[in-house]
Amino acid sequence: MSPERRYDALVVGAGPAGLAAATTLARAGRSVAVFDEQPTPGGQVHRAVAAVPESRRALLGPDYARGREAVEAFLASGAHHIGQASVWSAAPGRVGVTVGGVAHLVEGDAVVLATGAYERPFPIPGWTLPGVLSGGGAQTLLKASGLVPEGRTVIAGSGPLVWLLAWQYLRCGLTVDAILDSTPAGNRWRAAPHLAGFLASPYPVKGLELLRAVRRSVRVVRGVSALEAVGEDRVSALRYRVGAGAWVEMGVDTLLLHQGVVPAIELAASAGIRQRWDRDQLCWHPEVDAMGRTPLAGLYLAGDGTGIAGAEAAALSGELAAHAILGTSEGGRVSGLLAQRARWLRGRRFLDLLYQPAPAFRVPAGETLACRCEEVTARALGEAAALGVPGPNQLKAFLRCGMGPCQGRLCGLTVTEALAHHSGRTPAQVGRYRARVPVKPLPLAALAAMPATDDERRAVER
Amino acid sequence: MFRRLPDAPPATATILVDGRAVRAVPGESVAAALLANGIVACRTTPVSGAARGPYCLMGVCFECLATIDGEPNRQTCLVLVRDGLRIETQSGARGLGP
Amino acid sequence: MTARSFDLAVVGGGLVGAAVAWGAARTGARVVVLDEGDIAFRASRGNFALVWVQSKGMGMPEYAAWTVASSEAWAGFADELGRESGIDVAHRRPGGFHLALSDAELQARADNLKRLHNQPAMQRYPYEILDRERVRGMLPEIGPEVVGGSFCPLDGHTNSLKLLRALHTALARAGTPYLARHAVETILPRGGGGFRLLSSGGTIEAARVALCAGNGNARLAPMLGLSVPVRPQRGQIVVTERVQPFLHHPVVTVRQTDEGSVMLGDSLEETGFDTATGLGVTGTIANRAVRLFPRLARVNVVRTWAALRVMTPDGFPIYEESTSHPGAFVATCHSGVTLAANHARLVGPTIAAGRLPAETFAPFSARRFDVPQAA
Repeated sequence: MSPERRYDALVVGAGPAGLAAATTLARAGRSVAVFDEQPTPGGQVHRAVAAVPESRRALLGPDYARGREAVEAFLASGAHHIGQASVWSAAPGRVGVTVGGVAHLVEGDAVVLATGAYERPFPIPGWTLPGVLSGGGAQTLLKASGLVPEGRTVIAGSGPLVWLLAWQYLRCGLTVDAILDSTPAGNRWRAAPHLAGFLASPYPVKGLELLRAVRRSVRVVRGVSALEAVGEDRVSALRYRVGAGAWVEMGVDTLLLHQGVVPAIELAASAGIRQRWDRDQLCWHPEVDAMGRTPLAGLYLAGDGTGIAGAEAAALSGELAAHAILGTSEGGRVSGLLAQRARWLRGRRFLDLLYQPAPAFRVPAGETLACRCEEVTARALGEAAALGVPGPNQLKAFLRCGMGPCQGRLCGLTVTEALAHHSGRTPAQVGRYRARVPVKPLPLAALAAMPATDDERRAVER
Repeated sequence: MFRRLPDAPPATATILVDGRAVRAVPGESVAAALLANGIVACRTTPVSGAARGPYCLMGVCFECLATIDGEPNRQTCLVLVRDGLRIETQSGARGLGP
Repeated sequence: MTARSFDLAVVGGGLVGAAVAWGAARTGARVVVLDEGDIAFRASRGNFALVWVQSKGMGMPEYAAWTVASSEAWAGFADELGRESGIDVAHRRPGGFHLALSDAELQARADNLKRLHNQPAMQRYPYEILDRERVRGMLPEIGPEVVGGSFCPLDGHTNSLKLLRALHTALARAGTPYLARHAVETILPRGGGGFRLLSSGGTIEAARVALCAGNGNARLAPMLGLSVPVRPQRGQIVVTERVQPFLHHPVVTVRQTDEGSVMLGDSLEETGFDTATGLGVTGTIANRAVRLFPRLARVNVVRTWAALRVMTPDGFPIYEESTSHPGAFVATCHSGVTLAANHARLVGPTIAAGRLPAETFAPFSARRFDVPQAA
């Protein structure tokens, strides 16, 4: 479906936050377009939820199945869903989007960026080998296509998704050979002071039963301190060690890596929204208020793209952003939403600290690739850092890290943290890659079709 | 190295991968179809020639690139299977377009 | 607080500053380079990486000669730098093109080059106006709209990011400190000679100082009795993903890097200190590139950026020593890549030695901008 030229509101992302924002706005009579890369609404967390068979929803569990209600409410709301759309620029009043290879500039009085999250880089030796997939990627294959790994399968890393994925695989009748848990043991003590907030939030109901079920059926190796994928043209084995213990090798056909998710901030950053380093979540958070308002009038942010809080909190923030756009008076519905969201956020702190990945898995060493696209090694980062480079942008200029098609999504945090490590500064001091339009690659012909004023043309044709 | 759950829809489409016909489910991602057919690597890199395959399956990592219906460097995780789709694995940098 | 003391402080760690500093350090001088932080107006990260001769020097034949000299010296400079840094900066000099999309454009191009070479005292260099067929023999991928172009065998290109890294690596190997996050705020001439540089990162003392701070020179120069009337002029650039080699000569607005990506330029915009990119300008750049090379149409753009040229009122460089504060120099230009060989081999060593020989540098004095008092 091609977009119209303008709408009252434009929403980027059809996950929980985007759908809630769009549904609320459409129900209030606004014309709304929602742009999303996937063909069906739901976002990554509820990927394809309304399209899959009932049996799949049952297997994947209640948190997944719940997404169907939001999708159906959205589809009934009158908002336009524009799937398979790649949004490469956003600014107050306008987004640039490619649909079916054709670029459009679509206008809207309000723009809501609900870009969600992607997985934190997991730079270990061999993480680029075919057969090594991200845990989230494997879960997407399960949700959208009903695909599960065959043969020897290991899930490694830390964070709730490790356990959820294992649990879902078990329910599919799959054998998971091992979970290599790289969560540092000390995290428990750092998280403990925040246990009360966690217990008072709705999280524990979700997590504890699942954790127990997985531990009963899968071999769990705790305290994994180092991990490597081994193979020639595809992964054939892995090596790990626990603490300072001896290396253990095991044959493997599929290795799934995951150590949490981080906000997808590229679009907001390219629009000029400042980012601050979050020391608990170890990633960048854009400058936004509780209602999703940014310093740029007409530009709103909602959901995990503003900080990781999960699907339920994302939906609440999407609805809040819609109310900010609609000018709903504070109090009543709005204060109720704010209070609900605050409960989720309070519980989050515990999870953030409990599952914070170890430094060794965030700052690689030696020949490990930091930047997958341009194949820049950790050693090269260290050597360039020794020249005294002031920050990630100079490092990028020197080494090409972040210059490939993923535009730094799989190395940006690594480069920031590595440079902080090498120069004895904090990530906040080191800074991040500058984000520029287009934040997703687009064909030259699509860019060539953009309208230009006479002055703009004369600046080039001279 | 992936298999389909029994509840998956039937693989009624035929796609060509490097000229070889394989079965796929209409509407699933090309990346999923490749993995379901045991194809874990879809290209070699322009930098070192190392083999790469699908990693994130959500449009972020740009590892799953392949030539689809003659157009190089398409993200196979974002392109949906249709009957008759032609996929070519890539080696190194892409060429110019048509 | 005791300040660290050096023979020469170079203000600016971009291509001009790094080349001048390397050239100076190689004479044995104790040099320090002071630079800003990661987010700064860095022409060196945004340029197009041409080592370019054709069309340069209209209005100042000495600049044409200066450019030709650097172009001639570049291969040797790249070799030397490669040896000292271990980095190949991918310098190539296959000759370059300026392509025309209409007969009117081609005629204008021919007229311009003729006027340039007819200037008195012009050091002529070879160039040719080629018709479409001859261009196609060298650039097989040109589109049907290309009617011809000018070709100059002296033109070439390099990888300017590797160039910057190579210069910094060579500086580090020579033991020259590079102090990033030392944005120079004030320069104080000292009573007994020499200078005190107050920066955001601390104070540095040096017997001599070289201003190579790009557009920052306008603010710093008056502290040393110099006038450097430079202004920012924005240029936007588009770059694609890596493509198999298809373009073996640089075109003034399209070149393929040694890594395979295709750089597309550029714009001239008087927008002050603003490095925003815009779809109108980058779209026009893309449009023109597709008309020149139609098979680029489906190649993906991975980045766009804008950077600020360092422009003097007449577009030519300024190299000058302060008369009121001997030992204070300025070197500024908007061709930090093309002129890098000259900067490393001539400007750096002469500044280290304490004087800019008039026979070479007098035409580049900023005194040329002084408004005559009477007609």
